[in-house]
Amino acid sequence: MSVFSSVLNSDAVTAVLVIPIVAAALLALLPGYRMPARLNVFASLLTFLAALSLFVTGQPAPGQYLLVDDLNIAFIVLNAFVGFTTSIFSASYIAHELEIGRLTPANLRFYHAMYQIMMFGMNLAFVSNNIGLMWVAVELATLTTVLMVGLYRTHEALEAAWKYFILGSVGIAFALFGTILVYLAAQPVVGEGYDAMVWTILIEHAAAFDPALLNVAFVFLLLGYGTKVGLAPLHAWLPDAHAEGPTPISAVLSGLLLNVALYAVLRFKMLLSANPDALAPGPLMMTMGLVSLIFAAFMLYRRRDIKRLFAYSSIEHMGIIVFAFGLGGPIANFAGLLHMVMHSLTKSAIFFAVGHIAQIKGTQRLSAIRGLTETHPGLGWGLVTGVVAIAGLPPAGIFMSEFLIVSSAFAKQPLLAIPLVFGLLIAFGALLLRLTGAAFGQPRGSVMPADASYIPMYAHLALVLIAGVYLPSPLVAWFQHIANLLR
Amino acid sequence: MSGPVLDIAHMLAGGLVLVSMMMLYQDRLYALLNVFALHSLILTLSVAWQAFVQDAPHLYVTAAIALLFKAIVIPVVLHRMIRQLGIHREIETVVGIGLTMLAGIGLVALATAVMLRVTPQADPLAREDLAFALSVLLLGLLIMVTRRNAVSQVVGFMSLENGLVLAATGAKGMPLVVEISVAFSILIAFIVIGVFLFRIRERFDTVDVRALDDFKGRRRK
Repeated sequence: MSVFSSVLNSDAVTAVLVIPIVAAALLALLPGYRMPARLNVFASLLTFLAALSLFVTGQPAPGQYLLVDDLNIAFIVLNAFVGFTTSIFSASYIAHELEIGRLTPANLRFYHAMYQIMMFGMNLAFVSNNIGLMWVAVELATLTTVLMVGLYRTHEALEAAWKYFILGSVGIAFALFGTILVYLAAQPVVGEGYDAMVWTILIEHAAAFDPALLNVAFVFLLLGYGTKVGLAPLHAWLPDAHAEGPTPISAVLSGLLLNVALYAVLRFKMLLSANPDALAPGPLMMTMGLVSLIFAAFMLYRRRDIKRLFAYSSIEHMGIIVFAFGLGGPIANFAGLLHMVMHSLTKSAIFFAVGHIAQIKGTQRLSAIRGLTETHPGLGWGLVTGVVAIAGLPPAGIFMSEFLIVSSAFAKQPLLAIPLVFGLLIAFGALLLRLTGAAFGQPRGSVMPADASYIPMYAHLALVLIAGVYLPSPLVAWFQHIANLLR
Repeated sequence: MSGPVLDIAHMLAGGLVLVSMMMLYQDRLYALLNVFALHSLILTLSVAWQAFVQDAPHLYVTAAIALLFKAIVIPVVLHRMIRQLGIHREIETVVGIGLTMLAGIGLVALATAVMLRVTPQADPLAREDLAFALSVLLLGLLIMVTRRNAVSQVVGFMSLENGLVLAATGAKGMPLVVEISVAFSILIAFIVIGVFLFRIRERFDTVDVRALDDFKGRRRK
């Protein structure tokens, strides 16, 4: 256990970054699958513990490259937790894929190394204090997922990866252009060089920046990072990437990568809010959020593929979250944060269930999946709980956050609250309709016993249910504090 | 800043926009690659000029990478690949050339109108450079949208990257990003060439992305 304690004692921020990189190097070299899968879980656990220790070690002073504040601790801990549970799910998922020959050991070596590099990229994006470094980190995480989406090398997987790459590169370009514009806005005030890209310095001086330049920069940044959040006009890569890649990747895409891009948008939104003359970022975000919500809600009805169904549900929920942050104010921000955490937990739990279900049935077609609660009660009831939670029924945590968002929308923008509620109800109907088909009725398809790992799924669902009934007051106070930071 | 300095910088950046427009109407892969090499060559000159004007020696590195990698290595490699795959036939564009050119002119006008309006206080060198850079970026997007062929989409993306490098070098004293964005364009080029093209070839015997569209899995959606 000496490694363990030395990791805790050393700088926690460095540990969060170094562990995945070292693990990636090891995993790229190790043959076989049992050992690497375990190492993958172990490294993810270590990263999670390092992330938790950020609470204990306190926050180091922001440097030129790295920053730890209350906002990003929340993201890092969530990221590391879901990364850890997904690695457990991944181990059992991968074993089955190897058995039926969809993946080869060589694929797996690549897959595990990429998994850790992706975790590194996401953690780096969260802790970076430099907007250029943040851009690089988001791109690194995106590129690794592009490669993993294409892992199966089928027609569909290649097409999905290509589409993801092309649309992602449009996002890459827009986000970098926006970043350059922010630098140009900062340069006359802060001076040339590194300082004009350091976020903590930027936010201090943001009031003196040229507002027109900031406005244009934000539009590019919102479009660029918004592509990766999966907002409506730029979402086309998301359902394909979710449906055709390995399911553990669908889980981290929905649960984590979308949050990374959202985090970038939030950072720049704070910058814009700090400048009194700049355009208010709220209405732009609210519009994109609402359009995504309503569009995805209608698309849910026509899905025939179970993974595509939940991919559209991710677009819907990202829309709700972006709407909440666009609305602003302490309550809406609080609800947005809560919704983000709940969505990450619930959606990845659903993908854990879906991954095993698709393996048992040998297909992702919804019409081939019937009566799961009868044949596979463990998975079936897990799916039921997950979908009921994601649809926004009480007592799950998502009900609470959606309730807060709707009520604060009624208080601030009653006209916008109507399409919001409309979208929520449409999505609710679609999800329950699909759920009753899959979970109940006459069983159809293969009934072979599931060799599933239930712990990650039920751990997530338990957290979501508990959060809906009882939120510990320190957590509430902490979220409120972050909500006030966001303004 | 004196007149000739600005003039040369603008001439080079404007030249980049012109070459981007030339890419729009290339209907053969070899020709498209040659124009892309020219594009990268002009970018090299532009970056080198900025390095000289701003007295920023690290930009010479960027210029050297642009010259070696984008103007020489990538076009040569793609040339060989096209010959080996035997796909040097015509490029099927989605829209007609006339319409594409009109759209290109519109995008350049839009870029200029937006960037010049929001940057009245900025350094004049950066100001017009940004307008040109945004034009190159949007034209790169247009190339990607109007082509069906995977190779020409990659070329469109790399020309878009050239626009970003132009913007980053035009912003005086911008740290970090120049080197990293160049490193990224190399990485992306590797990924695209190495992974995608070979895998697409492996499966389809063609690099025409439309072949992928046929397998779109409509039945499964």
